[in-house]
This record gives sequence, structure tokens and C-alpha cells, in this order.
Amino acid sequence: MSLNVILFFVLALIAAVSSVMMITRRQAVISALFLVINFFALAGIYLLLQAQFIAVVQVIVYAGAIMVLFLFVIMLINTETEEKFLERAKSFKIFAIAIALLVFAEMAYAILHAHPSALLPKISENVSNGTIQSVGKALYTDYVVPFEAAGFLLLSATIGALILAKKKFD
Amino acid sequence: MNQSTFLQILPFIILSAGIVVAILVEIFTTKGKALLPAFFSVLFLANSLLSLAQINVSSNLYQMLALGGKAAFFNFIFSIGALIAVMSSVNYVKKYGANFGEYYILLASSVLGMMLMAGALDLFVVFLGLEVMSINFYILAGINRKKKTANEASLKYFLLGAFATGFVVYGIGLIYGSAGNTNLNFIINNFTRLLKMPLFVIGLGLFFVGFSFKIAAFPFHMWVPDVYQGAATSVTGLMSTIGKAAAFSVLIFAISPVTFNGAEHIFRPYFATLAILSTLYASIVAIAQTNLKRMLAYSSIVHAGYMSIGLAAGNVYSVAGIIFYLAAYTFMNLGAFGVIAIVEDENDGKTDLKAFAGLHKKNPMLAGFMALFMFALAGIPPLAGFFGKYYVFVGAIKQNLLYLALVGITASLISVYFYLRVVVYMYFKDEEEDFEIKTDYPGMFAVLVSGIFVLIFGVFPSILMKLITSVLR
Repeated sequence: MSLNVILFFVLALIAAVSSVMMITRRQAVISALFLVINFFALAGIYLLLQAQFIAVVQVIVYAGAIMVLFLFVIMLINTETEEKFLERAKSFKIFAIAIALLVFAEMAYAILHAHPSALLPKISENVSNGTIQSVGKALYTDYVVPFEAAGFLLLSATIGALILAKKKFD
Repeated sequence: MNQSTFLQILPFIILSAGIVVAILVEIFTTKGKALLPAFFSVLFLANSLLSLAQINVSSNLYQMLALGGKAAFFNFIFSIGALIAVMSSVNYVKKYGANFGEYYILLASSVLGMMLMAGALDLFVVFLGLEVMSINFYILAGINRKKKTANEASLKYFLLGAFATGFVVYGIGLIYGSAGNTNLNFIINNFTRLLKMPLFVIGLGLFFVGFSFKIAAFPFHMWVPDVYQGAATSVTGLMSTIGKAAAFSVLIFAISPVTFNGAEHIFRPYFATLAILSTLYASIVAIAQTNLKRMLAYSSIVHAGYMSIGLAAGNVYSVAGIIFYLAAYTFMNLGAFGVIAIVEDENDGKTDLKAFAGLHKKNPMLAGFMALFMFALAGIPPLAGFFGKYYVFVGAIKQNLLYLALVGITASLISVYFYLRVVVYMYFKDEEEDFEIKTDYPGMFAVLVSGIFVLIFGVFPSILMKLITSVLR
């Protein structure tokens, strides 16, 4: 077994275990910390797939910025009322399990029948595929339209957040 | 990129550069925001002329954005529609309490999103355009934070809109997973092969469901009445007309392979059901409405239903009919909302039908235009609304879908009642509420422009139809 395969299984195990831990913890803060571990394991898997840029972004954006946001929200909101609500609404659990099973069945079907691996570029041949350089090149040539559109999307969202949350208007 | 491509993307460059300049003006000058309406009016006028000049071009940018042709035609509609919306906003937002520079910046950004949607050649661009448009609409709906109805409208629109976008993205995910490509031309060329994959069909279905929310068709219409009533009238006019046209522009593109590759049996029942339910349900419920904005919200569901008849038929005639209908509907509805915006006062109490009683004595010109728009919306010849319906129904009959055309005709007969009721209130009832209507020159100009277009498209429908058929080829 090559090093790649061993690393993949180790990382996959960490990712799977941490996500199970995340949804079974009672305290939201601990759940969030397990999510961080999950993000790191996923970043490792991206690295194995030669997607260096995505791996770095995964760590900086998800494990860094978004997790801080999560933790702040958890600290600011009152989780007790939510727990009471969940205890009252047991039927939600059945609903959630049903949806999870549905999504699982769909993914299993897709992996078994649709050969998603055919979509991916050959990994060993294209080592430079996921570097920041090649991602940047693609973003500024073939994908320049969606890239600029995403810029305007964020600009609008920023203006909107300001105008809806600003304290005083003249 | 050569010179001609640069000329063709000029509308996009002008609008996006305009937005950035407007933000800077808004930040660094104190009196600059008073200039923004005029600034954006000139910009939209320039864009509409540029788009019109490029209608015979057929090109694309990196296989991402279609330039010229159908996209240019839609850009023309969007720009003119936005121009009218800006005009009717100028004085309205002052009394509504939203006279911020951001209002116009967000309005222009939403138009940028629509232009991206109409020109999209890639599912990426479809999604980003949809989001640029929707995010701006969510904010515009709730731009006056002090009004509870506006807050409600904004939140409802945001939650349900995000839900709908979820459908679209999931659909795009499944389509990409089975096609291995997000390019729309690739998907259309390989359509028959892809149709054998169940996940592709499910993905396309989810994509259509998501867009059914955006065009506000029954049973995905729950948000429409509250949002249209709660949002500022000028914003409602914008999102009910060119916002809907943008969503339809994507659906028309997506529907073309479905019907041309012998796959009608899969999605025709879906659009037919949508059409029947929307037209009949909303035209009956609209009768019970006493608030004019709410009534027009239900009327917008009915019109989405008529256009869904065209989607179900899916041939060249009906697609041309939908585009004609969208153009006509844009001007009829923007005009009607423009009149409401002028009549409405600070406490937004004047959108009730009662406020329009005896309007012809107070302001005969305004009443005359409102009557014109109501007749056009009801589809009375020779106004624009009639020919929109006519072309769509003819398309359905050519596809042997006589029952859909009959349903559409029944619904238009029912809807004549609630449109004409407005006219009856304006001309044959005495004033119930005593209030003055302030003169609003930009607002009147917007109403005038809409009225002229409604008349031109109604009396000479062939001008527009020739343009549309040349674009579709």
C-alpha cells in the first residue's frame, strides 16, 4: 500500500469519526470544535487530490473565519431554549433521519452508477492542477465572468448588511 | 479580446462601472446622492440603445456569456424597465422614507444580475446572476427599516428565496454530476444521451422547481402577495416585471432542448399543471382583494401562469409569444405600479381600492393611464396584453394543447372582472377619501413612457414580433 492510500484512510477515519462526534455531542461548543477537526481532515484529503489551493482555503476560511463566527453565535444565543424545543418536537428527528437516508441513498446511487471519478482530471498527470497559480489563471481567463459576478454579489451583500444594520440614518 | 467583443460587453462594463462610481459618489459627497437618479437614468438609457444596436450580433465571452441576439433583446427590456423604475422612484422614495443613495445602487446591481441571467451560457453564471438579482431584491424590499410590513416582506422574501435557490443549486449539482460539464450548450447538445440518467432528470426537475418560485407560479407563490404588498411600490414594480422576465429568460433557454429532443412527456405535465393552477387559482383569489398592490400580486401569478402555458407548449411560436408577453407585461405592470406610487402617500394607506374612487375628478390624466394599464392587463385589444396572450395561446394550439389555451381564456375572462373593477372605482364612484395628489414629474414621465410602449406594442405588434423572431433564429 502506498503512502497516499494509507494517508487517505487515516484522514477519512478522522473525518468520519469527528463528524459522528459532532452530531452526538450535547454541548454546541464541543460540536463546533469537532467540526474544526473535520475541516482539517478534509483539507488533508484535498491535498491528497492535488487541490492545494482548496486545501489552504479550507483551513483559512472554514476552519478559521467561519468557525470563529460559529463559536461567537453559539456563545451569544441561548441554547437552552433550543434544547427544550428539540425535546418537545421529537418528530423532527424522524424527519431528519429520513432526509439523511434519502441523501445517502442518492449519493450511493450516484457513486455506483454515474462514475463521478470520470469527471476528475487524472491526478498523477496534472500535479500543478490545484496550485494557486493555475487556479488564478483559470479565474482570470475562462471564468472571469463568474468571478466578477461573484465580486458584485459580495459588494451588494455588503451594502445590504450595512444599510439594514446601520444604527442611524441621516 | 478584440475590439468588437469589447463593444458588445460595453453594457455590462457601463453598468458595473456606474455602480462603483455611484458608491464612491455616495461616500465622498454630501449632495451627490441627489444626482444618482439622473446618473442611472442616463446609464440605463445608454445601455438600452447599445443593446438594441447589438441585437443582430451573435457572439459570446469565454463560453460564459452570450452577447447579442436574445440576450441583447432582454437587456433592452431590462434597461428600459429599470429606467422607468428609477423615474417613478425619484419622488416616491422621498415620501416612503428610503431616500438613500444605496437605493439606486442596489437597483442597478439587481439589473446587472438580470443581464447576467439573460446572457448566461453556463450554469455558474445562471446561479450567480440569480443571486446578484435576488440579494438586491431582498434588501430593496426591506430598505425602510421602520416599516413593519417592509421588514416582513424582506424576511419572507429572503427565507423563501433562499429556499428556492437551494433547489436551483441542488439541481445544478445533479446536472453537473451527470453531464460532467456546466456549459449549457454542451448540455443541450448531449440532451438525449443525458436524459437516460435518472439523476439528470431529477436535477433538471429541481432546477425548474427553483425557478418556479422565482417566476411566482402556483403552488410556489406563497411569498408573492405579502412581499408585493409590503415592499416599496417602485421596488414591487421592478421585481414583478423585469425580475420575472429574467427568470423566464433562463427557463426559455433551459426549456428549448426539452421540447426539441422529444422529451416533452417528462416536463410538459409539470408546466401544464403549473399553468392551470396558477391561472385559475390566482384569478379567483384576486377577486377578493381590496388592496391594489395585493391584487396586482395575484395578477402577477396569473400572468406567470399564462407564460407557463407557453413553456408547456415549448415551440418557436410560444417561446416568441412568451418573450412578447414579457415585454408587454413589463410596461403594463410598471405603468400600473407607477400610478400607484404617485397616488400612494406617506402612510402607505392609499393603496386600497377605496383611495382610487373618483380618481378621474382629482387627476384625469392619471386615471386615464391607470385605465389603459388595467385594460392592457386584462388583455383587451388592441393593447399590448392582448397580443401577448394571443401569441402564447396560438403556440399552445399549434402543439395540440387546446385545453391549456381554453384554461387560459377562461382565466382571462375571470380576471377581466377585477381589472375593470379598478376602472369602475376610478370613473363611476364618488371620492371616499379626501386627499391631494402632489405633482410628480419624473413619476408622470415613467407612466407616460410605459403607456406609450403599451400602445405601440398593442397597435403595431408586428414591430416587436419581427424583432423577436429575428432574435430567436
